[in-house]
Amino acid sequence: MSVINSMKLNIEAKSQNESFARSVIASFFVQINPTLEQIEDLKTAVSEAVTNCIVHAYGGSQSGAIDISCDLSENNIEIRITDYGKGIEDIGKAMQPFFTTGTEGERSGMGFTVMQAFCDKVNVTSQNGQTTVTLTKNI
Amino acid sequence: MELFIEFEGRKLVLRLVGELDEHSAEFVKRRLDAAISENNFDAVILELSRLTFMDSTGIGVIIGRYKLARKLNKSVYVRNPSQTVDKIFRMSGLYEIITKI
Repeated sequence: MSVINSMKLNIEAKSQNESFARSVIASFFVQINPTLEQIEDLKTAVSEAVTNCIVHAYGGSQSGAIDISCDLSENNIEIRITDYGKGIEDIGKAMQPFFTTGTEGERSGMGFTVMQAFCDKVNVTSQNGQTTVTLTKNI
Repeated sequence: MELFIEFEGRKLVLRLVGELDEHSAEFVKRRLDAAISENNFDAVILELSRLTFMDSTGIGVIIGRYKLARKLNKSVYVRNPSQTVDKIFRMSGLYEIITKI
């Protein structure tokens, strides 16, 4: 599928940037005429991935870079969300429902499960100090 | 994020307005815990008609408040979730512990 438009976004790992990130991506997604439900699904999945960067990769320090890049094709959007934090030791485990390494607060351990339920494809790579979550949402 | 605390008879109605995510979670937890601990009531209703967004951080927030209410022997219900919030409740299994009314 050929890419018809793309964009990049760099934000700091601050929780107030979560709503900003999901709104920007939703606005970009609108170009290929998704349904309202598809937009809401994508916003939720993006929020999960960005929360992971803030809470897990950067340990809630409220600093660190998050790079987001999006490619729009005629029938889908692909979003890559990258952090340079502590990485995911066991991706298979991290993706299991209710699994969390978060010891503070009340983490549900449902982040990746939500991403998988709300997107058509979720891919995770974590190596050499760089973790990238790739979300694909079809229309 | 805004929270409104209301009563319907002996029911404590907690109205969540805005977006429940990592950024608003601490505020919501604090306010809801205070409302649940400091009031006299028979049941809690989470009124979600104006909750426009919720992710899995919100699931944790809701479960935490559910546990607190149950510890006090109060029932917890949820009312009027939007389509998107309803989907989060359904897929996470929250409806197995909290009844939608």
